[in-house]
Amino acid sequence: MILEALSYGFMQKALIAGIAVGLICSFMGTFLVLRRYSLFGDGIAHVAFGGISVGLFLGVFPLWTAFIVSIFGGIGLQKLRQSTKISGDAAVAVVLVSGLAVGVILVSSSGGFSVDLFSFLFGSILLISNEDTIMILAISSGIIATLVVLQKQFLHLTFNEEQAKLVGLRTTLLNYAFVILASITVVTSMRLVGILLISALIVIPNITAMMFGKGFKKTVCISMGISVISVIGGILLSYFLNLAPSGTIVIITVGILVGTLVLKSTGLLQKVDIKNPSEITHNS
Amino acid sequence: MSVTNVLDVKDLTINYDNQPAVDNISFDVQQGDCLGIVGPNGAGKTTLFRAILGLQPFSGNIKLFGFEDSKYESIIPLIGYVPQKVTFEPNFPATVYDVVSMGLISDKRIVQGVKLIQECGCCWNRIYQTIKKKDDKITQALHTVGLESLRNRRIGELSGGELQRVFIAKALVKDPLLLILDEPVASVDVESQTKFYNVIKTINKENNITIIWSSHDLDAISKYANRVACMNKKLFFHGEKEKFFSDKELLKMYTESSMQMHMHNHDMH
Repeated sequence: MILEALSYGFMQKALIAGIAVGLICSFMGTFLVLRRYSLFGDGIAHVAFGGISVGLFLGVFPLWTAFIVSIFGGIGLQKLRQSTKISGDAAVAVVLVSGLAVGVILVSSSGGFSVDLFSFLFGSILLISNEDTIMILAISSGIIATLVVLQKQFLHLTFNEEQAKLVGLRTTLLNYAFVILASITVVTSMRLVGILLISALIVIPNITAMMFGKGFKKTVCISMGISVISVIGGILLSYFLNLAPSGTIVIITVGILVGTLVLKSTGLLQKVDIKNPSEITHNS
Repeated sequence: MSVTNVLDVKDLTINYDNQPAVDNISFDVQQGDCLGIVGPNGAGKTTLFRAILGLQPFSGNIKLFGFEDSKYESIIPLIGYVPQKVTFEPNFPATVYDVVSMGLISDKRIVQGVKLIQECGCCWNRIYQTIKKKDDKITQALHTVGLESLRNRRIGELSGGELQRVFIAKALVKDPLLLILDEPVASVDVESQTKFYNVIKTINKENNITIIWSSHDLDAISKYANRVACMNKKLFFHGEKEKFFSDKELLKMYTESSMQMHMHNHDMH
C-alpha cells in the first residue's frame, strides 16, 4: 500500500520537498528557539502573507514578493530590536501585525480571499509542481550549506552575543545574515505547512530534541530526525486517511513531544529535563 | 626595543545619566603584571573593563599595546575576558568542549592582531601558535583549568565553580596576551576558589599572561597580585601591592567604603 502511494509523482514530490523543508526548519529552528525567537517563524510568515497579497494584488508570482517582503521584514525586526532595545518577542509582535495588516488591506481591496491565498495559509504540499520542488531543494541546500559553514559563529552568537563580539566576530553582520536566512527558511517552508502552522516545525522538533540533553550537533541531528519522521509520517497518513497533510505533520510532531515527555515521566529517558525557562545566572 | 605598556588608561571618565561611574582615572598595566583591582560594589570596576573591551563609550584615552582607534579594535580579540555574569539558557545544547572552542572561533582575527603587534616591534616573547591544532589548544586549555574529564559534559549540568573554570578555559584557549577577570570567584565555594587561584598563578607566572583581576578578596589579592589599583569611581591608589597593604589609612578607607556599600545594598533588599 505504501509502495503504491509512493508510485504517484505528487507523493514523491511532496516527500522530497517536505523532507528538505523539515531539515531546514529544524536546523534553523535550533538557533531561533535558543535565541528566544520561537515566534520569529510566525512573525515572518505573517509578513510573507503581506508579501503574497502584494504579489496577488500586482499580478506577480506571489512567492517572489513574499521572499522580498519577508527579508525586509526580518531586517526590520532586527533593526527594531537593536536600535530601540525592544525585546525579541515584542519586536516579532510588531512585525507580525504590520505584515498581517498590509495583507488584509490588499486582500480586501482586491475583492476577497482567493484559492491561492488559502493554499499559502494552510499549505499545499501535495499540489506542488516540479519547478516548486526544484526551487525548494535548491534553496534548502543553500540554507543548509550556509548553516554548516556558519554554525559555530551562530552558536556563539546565540550563546552570548557580547562574548561573540569580544572574540572578534562581526555580530551585526552575522545578526543580519541570521534573520535573512531565517526569513528565507520560513517562506520556503510555507508550501509544506502553511503560514499558520510554520512555527510548529521550527519550535516543536527542537524543544523535543533539547530534552535529550545532548551537545549541539547531536541535538540538531535529533531535531532533524524528528522533523523528517513527522513529515514522512504526516504525508503518508494524510494520503491514507484523507486528512490535511499540514495539520497531520504538526500533530505528529506534537505526538513525539508528548511521547518524549511520557518517557521522561516514567524515567525511561535519561537526562530528560525541562527546567524552568528562566535563565541560569552564573556568577563566576 | 622599547617596552610598550599592555594597557594605558588616561583621564578616563564614564557617565551614566550625567553621574560619573568612572571619574577621571589614569593608570597603566605592564607586561607580566597581575593587577588586582579592588573597590566596593558600584565602584565602576565592571564599567572600566567594558570600556577597555570597547563595549562602553567613554571620554579620555585608552591604549592597548600602544594602539588606539581601529587598530585598538584589532587587538581586542587577543584579550581573554571572563565576565562577572554569563547568562545562558538552562537547556543550551552545548558541551564544555563546544563552549571552550568558541574562544577560537575567529582564528584569523586573532592572527591579524598578533601580526599587528609583531609589526610595530612591541612583540613579547610569545607568539600565537598557529601550527597547533585547534583540538590540542582546547585540550591544553581544559588541562590548565583541570577540566579534561568534563569535556563532553553539557554546560547546564556543571556546578558554579566548574562553569567559572570553563569560561576561563574559553578565555585562555586563544592564548591571550591579556586576561581580564571580573570578580571571578564571587559565588564560588572555597575549594573551587583555591583551584581558581592556582590557575591564576600558573597562567600569570608560567604562561606569562598579563592579568587584570577585580576582587573583594584582599587576602587573595595580597597573595597573587603584584600590583593593586583601588577605586571607587575615582582611583585612590595604583602601585605595588606592598605599598597598598602597608598603607593603614588606605586600607581603613577601603574597608569602610566597602562596608557602607554593603549596608546600603542590604537596606535596598
